[in-house]
Amino acid sequence: MSEHYPALLVILPLLASFFISAAGWLRPACCFPLAVAALGASLLVSLGLLSIVIGGGPVSYRLGGWAPPWGICYQVDHLNALVLAVVSVVGFINLTAARTHVKKDFPERAGPFYTLYVLFVTGLLGMVVTGDAFNLYVLLEIAAITGYALIAMGKGRAPLSSLNYIFMGTIGACFYLLGVGYLYIVTGSLNMEDIARLLPPLHGSKVVTVAFVIMMVGIWLKMGFFPLHAWLPNAYTYAPSPVSSLVAPLMTKVMVYVMIRMVVTVFTVDYAFGVLGLNEAVVWLAVIAIVAGSVLALAEKDVKRMLTFIVVAEVGYMVGGFWLGNRPGFTGAVLHIVNDALMTLCLFLAVGNIVYAKGNSRWESLPGLFRTMPWTMGALVVGALSIIGVPPTCGFFSKWYLLLGAIQGGHYGFLAALLFSSLVSVVLFFRIFEMGYFEPLGAPHGPTHGQDGTTTVREAPLGMLAPLWITALGLILVGLYTGQIVGRVIRHAVPAMMF
Amino acid sequence: MEPLYSIRPLIAVLVSLGVVPILISSRNANVREAWTFVAAGLKFLIVLSMLPTVLEGRTVVCTLAEVLPGVAFRLRVDALGMLFALVASSLWIITSAYSIGYMRGLKEHSQTRYFCFFAVALSATIGAAFSANLFTLYLFYEMLSFATYPLVTHHQDAEARRSGRKYLLYIVGASIGLVLPAMVLSYHLSGTLEFSGQGFLPRSGSPFLLGILLFIFLFGFTKAAIMPLHAWLPAAMVAPTPVSALLHAVAVVKVGVFCILRVLTEVFGLDLLASLHLGTAVAYVAAFTIIVASLIALTQNELKRLLAFSTIGQLSYIVLGVALLSPKGLTGGMVHIAMHAFGKITLFFCAGAIFVATGKKHISGMVGIGKQMPVTMAAFFVGALSVIGLPPAGGFLSKWYLVLGTLQAHQWPLLVILLVSSLLNAAYFFPIVYRAFFCQEAQSLFQNTTREAPLWCLVPLVITAVCSIVLFFSPFPFLRLAELAAP
Repeated sequence: MSEHYPALLVILPLLASFFISAAGWLRPACCFPLAVAALGASLLVSLGLLSIVIGGGPVSYRLGGWAPPWGICYQVDHLNALVLAVVSVVGFINLTAARTHVKKDFPERAGPFYTLYVLFVTGLLGMVVTGDAFNLYVLLEIAAITGYALIAMGKGRAPLSSLNYIFMGTIGACFYLLGVGYLYIVTGSLNMEDIARLLPPLHGSKVVTVAFVIMMVGIWLKMGFFPLHAWLPNAYTYAPSPVSSLVAPLMTKVMVYVMIRMVVTVFTVDYAFGVLGLNEAVVWLAVIAIVAGSVLALAEKDVKRMLTFIVVAEVGYMVGGFWLGNRPGFTGAVLHIVNDALMTLCLFLAVGNIVYAKGNSRWESLPGLFRTMPWTMGALVVGALSIIGVPPTCGFFSKWYLLLGAIQGGHYGFLAALLFSSLVSVVLFFRIFEMGYFEPLGAPHGPTHGQDGTTTVREAPLGMLAPLWITALGLILVGLYTGQIVGRVIRHAVPAMMF
Repeated sequence: MEPLYSIRPLIAVLVSLGVVPILISSRNANVREAWTFVAAGLKFLIVLSMLPTVLEGRTVVCTLAEVLPGVAFRLRVDALGMLFALVASSLWIITSAYSIGYMRGLKEHSQTRYFCFFAVALSATIGAAFSANLFTLYLFYEMLSFATYPLVTHHQDAEARRSGRKYLLYIVGASIGLVLPAMVLSYHLSGTLEFSGQGFLPRSGSPFLLGILLFIFLFGFTKAAIMPLHAWLPAAMVAPTPVSALLHAVAVVKVGVFCILRVLTEVFGLDLLASLHLGTAVAYVAAFTIIVASLIALTQNELKRLLAFSTIGQLSYIVLGVALLSPKGLTGGMVHIAMHAFGKITLFFCAGAIFVATGKKHISGMVGIGKQMPVTMAAFFVGALSVIGLPPAGGFLSKWYLVLGTLQAHQWPLLVILLVSSLLNAAYFFPIVYRAFFCQEAQSLFQNTTREAPLWCLVPLVITAVCSIVLFFSPFPFLRLAELAAP
């Protein structure tokens, strides 16, 4: 049974999505339990895979028994086993929180919503698990198209934002496909390991260079790497809450994974960092992304929209850390995929609760929130501390590795950008906390406070608070287990030539 | 000697954290305060139970998790940590009693929140005292910063908001902007963050880099309020007085000083500092702070602000003592943590008691107050003696050792600075006491009838005043611990 895990991971939710779609017509009440069952199953499978990889090393699976390079091959090593676990954990936790939102905002569209939701997660899991460059494109499009549809389910400007995202996302995916095409022209193969085997003699070739550059630009577009981020803030802001908290933590992180996979497995570290020698330039791009994302976030007057710019800055963290090209930088980037997915989930879930209670998350909804929604705000504080990078939350540890990588690589611009962004995060979040805590000004102080009925707690329902707090506590637990995650998993994923 | 492996340091840290859910769920204020006392008492007893082991010269170690290669989340109780933990945990009991008197006397709002964050702050303080490496220390340092923010801004008005911003800007800004990169750099240089008696930084490092690193640490731990990064402390006086008393005279500021002590003695090590002449440089930075803070204190009219500037000066005594790198100086600096704590907390308690009883904050409004509040002002006098460093108060001992330390280190200018500072201290404290008791009938702003603050306020300040005097006659165990900690 366990040898089929890589395939089951994708096939289970894929099949389930058909049933959910059917249930949407016949028994809408069944959609949510079916979705939970499907993603629960792939969660268990992905955790099983992670433990198999930790215990016995990488796993390879031939779909339909066809041998590579002709058949599609699923490869699970330490790197993607970890990312698979993150994707399925985030997808599952967010799903449990989505139920209340769906009931309130669009109960009549529960069927399509859960179908698209499960398909989206399927697409992401497939992208991470596959060892075939073209198959990755197919799954990327599955995730992207379901993502567009999910985002368009929002109110107001959501369809327009989704349309914008479709244009940009399609260009990004086409660039990626074009890169794959070029590689196919010169090597005649689509299997990642096979391409890697055939490429070294062609390293001087202009076609390969073009393939590499065009592929990276496509991937960067999809992950919202500044200045290719323009589609991201609107799409993530106007999407319905349960969609924002699904897409924002996962899509960008999976694209970072794809970038790492392409460079490390397909083109090899030698080629990308040695032959082309683009590291320095890309790290500087990342510095610009971090600084720009942080500064743009300062200008926003809506918590959710502010978070989307933080996502843009965090993408810079991961891209920069990876392109430092040394061991701590790589470790930091991969660890940050895990941590940032969880932190972003925590923050977007908290904002989802605020939107649920107040209708929006603009500045004017914030006053008095610490009194009316203490649990939601408590979790928001934990998530914020993690973004700022306060130990023992996990955000500290990935930042630690990134800083160490910057020092080891002598890249002080990146070091400064990381610190700058941390300090800006303090301002960003404490501005929100101040509004929730001090305002309305003048009212709370004095002995009479608390007797005039202003302290009524109007919290979000337990169905939303429980996933939120599980995530928040997860941030601290993952932080404390960083030693294990790095020592047992990420250490084995670092390419051998990195120091 | 072989360390003792025990979970007790962890329990000592967690006991006040664990009581928070109980505090939140208590419906009755008396029950809630009872639980605070239970936690405070337990914490003190657990800390005390490790004292004999530490006095034997052993350490108590508790490792939780290896978070980074070569860096564990680890607690270790040594003599210096024990000294600080004893001071903080014993004074928490007394401050809890005082808080009841103060907060109920003024009918403050959100008392549950207040007691909860107080408990969290104490957990962080003990955690910092028991940290075995720079990472753990940083963790608790940050935890303390964020736990005290709601206490500083307790009043939730515009002024509290301004002060809270200043507090975060200085403390969190410096800890992320300065301490974090310095820590990463130390780790990059040495591959570890574990404290060791000789320091863990490599001797071979470039002197320029090490010097820069030292000063980043020195100014990064802004809780020590070394000038010019001291402005948050007077601003933080907007907090309720028990917060100012325990946190901004004892726990928070001394965590800052404690961090600097650890950096000097166990990150760099005394030999390295001596060979690079960095000790002297740090001592002069501290000396500058001592003199300037005392001069500013002379000009203050608001009593709590005056006490804040006095604290800034006194904190630098501790840094100066250790930076002398001489055995007596080290002992003096370390024991000053305890002596100053008891003296200064008494002074803050008195300031709070005056505010509760009369609503006065300014020194100009306290002429003749000795007639109305004789016990409080007598305690104030004792506290002032201790801070100035005159017998029969504990502060004399630490100053004595500091002076001996300057002689041992042949630093005559620093000796002069210490003595001048004592004169300045006397110059800003004695007029307050003098005018409180010995003023003409016509000048007195108060009636001749005795009307003290509530007993919950009065008893704690009497206890700490008595402690200050007792410490002069029997400074055990603080002096013994300081001698153990000074190599």
